[in-house]
Amino acid sequence: MQELLVISGKGGTGKTSIVAALAALAADKVLADCDVDAADLHLLLRPEVESVNEFYGSNKAVIDAGICTGCGRCLEVCRYEAIKELRVNPVFCEGCGACKLACPSGAITMEPNLAGYWYISDTPYGPLVHAQLGIAEDNSGKLVTLVRQEARRLAQENNASLIITDGPPGIGCPVISSLAGVTLALVVTEPTVAGRHDLERVLSLASHFKVPVAVCINKYDLAPEKTREIEAYCHDAAITIAGKIPFDADVARALVNAVPLTACSRGAAARAVRALWDSLQIHLERL
Amino acid sequence: MLVAVASGKGGTGKTTIAVNLALALAEKIPVQVLDCDVEEPNAHLFLQPVFQDEEPVTLPVPEVDNARCDGCGRCSEACAFHALAVAGGRVITFPEMCHGCGACISACPQGALAEKPHRIGVVARGRAGRIDFVQGKIDVGVPLAPPVIRAVKKQARGEGLTLLDAPPGTSCPVVAAVKDCNFCLLVTEPTPFGLNDLRLAVGMVRELGIPFAVVINRSTLGDLRVERYCRHEGIPVLLKIPFNKRYAATYAQGKCLVQEYPEWAPAFAGLWREIERLVAQHAGIAGN
Ligand code: SF4
Ligand code: SF4
Repeated sequence: MQELLVISGKGGTGKTSIVAALAALAADKVLADCDVDAADLHLLLRPEVESVNEFYGSNKAVIDAGICTGCGRCLEVCRYEAIKELRVNPVFCEGCGACKLACPSGAITMEPNLAGYWYISDTPYGPLVHAQLGIAEDNSGKLVTLVRQEARRLAQENNASLIITDGPPGIGCPVISSLAGVTLALVVTEPTVAGRHDLERVLSLASHFKVPVAVCINKYDLAPEKTREIEAYCHDAAITIAGKIPFDADVARALVNAVPLTACSRGAAARAVRALWDSLQIHLERL
Repeated sequence: MLVAVASGKGGTGKTTIAVNLALALAEKIPVQVLDCDVEEPNAHLFLQPVFQDEEPVTLPVPEVDNARCDGCGRCSEACAFHALAVAGGRVITFPEMCHGCGACISACPQGALAEKPHRIGVVARGRAGRIDFVQGKIDVGVPLAPPVIRAVKKQARGEGLTLLDAPPGTSCPVVAAVKDCNFCLLVTEPTPFGLNDLRLAVGMVRELGIPFAVVINRSTLGDLRVERYCRHEGIPVLLKIPFNKRYAATYAQGKCLVQEYPEWAPAFAGLWREIERLVAQHAGIAGN
């Protein structure tokens, strides 16, 4: 079983639109949305939710006002400014338990915290595992790991040979969790100064974790000169450019109508995504 | 005044709004820009600051004195993040998992643990013309953004306008950035993605109790759902920037709208007046 992870260093490069467009092309696969902080793939794939599951993140401290003597030891030891006036603000509590340890009266307990939900859904393009982390909750890395585990289990159950994963933005904890052990990471970038900068950071992250990468340049014709720079950079670093997608109003249209691009357009961008998919398949076969 | 620019998601033009607002005001009031998007800081690409100095950001991570440790395992029991293990009577630490909370140290009955600083990123300071510039950056492979964000925020001066470019999303790094700000601008796009992410971002700022408003970027590439949502929720939309291939090219080159198209400067100055007004209004309500 192979896993293709689509990441971007930063949001807004068109990663999710590309994942949805690939989802409509690939046969025999399971889909996973690991952008648990701001999951968007479901907006394009119209999932029918089959199971809803609770996700518990780190514990949160709770002070029992009946036991608390007001000594203030907890306040002194908390390094996250989560305790104010002897009450815990769950938004800032990291669940370390230092306060519980410090409390001489045993007034503090660590309680499980419902941090979000994860779902298994059916879509016209195959099963989808997705999640939504509650607002201002942490532990997105743990939730990403859970979504990936479930996607693997589903793929095994359905004899699917491929998992396509919409990755989280950035290079922080959720991305690190989504990279471990994937077959290939497709990095979607844009021909801008910022795009180039983010590409370099995310490529160094992938190489840090020894994950094979390929690059796709989205809206490449908006700044041909920057596209050439990225191409030269990838060439020097011996990184395959698996595809280049032109700016095409059909992409925004597909998004507004909430359909994968390749399911509704025969335009230039849709054709480019088909070519991207062909080249990714060849790439995956070699890995 | 501390104003955060956030977006629920990257790529909506958050950094564009932050740098243009900074440039439009820098002639009139003291302006400071704090780039708190520590995973992928981008504001420097547009403002081109000259960096003057940098300082590592460290977390206090435990170090074991083997002469004192008797292998009791209390420290690893206390650690909620599995950053310590006791194997064969010896303590092994995993600094990359450590949150620097200090629980292990207070748990150790032998006083065998001491804290030593472990580098997780860097804060760089510089100037871009009249703008005072601070950037935070986590080291590649480090999963902990909030401590670096907190270190950047410590550099806030408080006079004039301090603009904080927040990370994308609505989870812990964003909360670390937006928390304690006087105002939050949410930048979005008029698409279903934009709306979905805006809803999450609105939930977050409401939870933090910070006054906020919306800026719609690429306002001509999509539909009216975002505006309808804002009207329905009573959220002010302070600025709309249409999609324009020339603006996109300006951005691609790392150039700024108010410099290339000075006709945009009054719009950003107006945005600032609105922010001031909304902050005053919020303070009035909170004071009552
Ligand atoms: S400081 Fe906190 S997170 Fe780090 S090892 Fe000790 S208990 Fe664990
Ligand atoms: S709590 Fe102290 S004595 Fe016990 S294993 Fe940890 S470091 Fe050693």
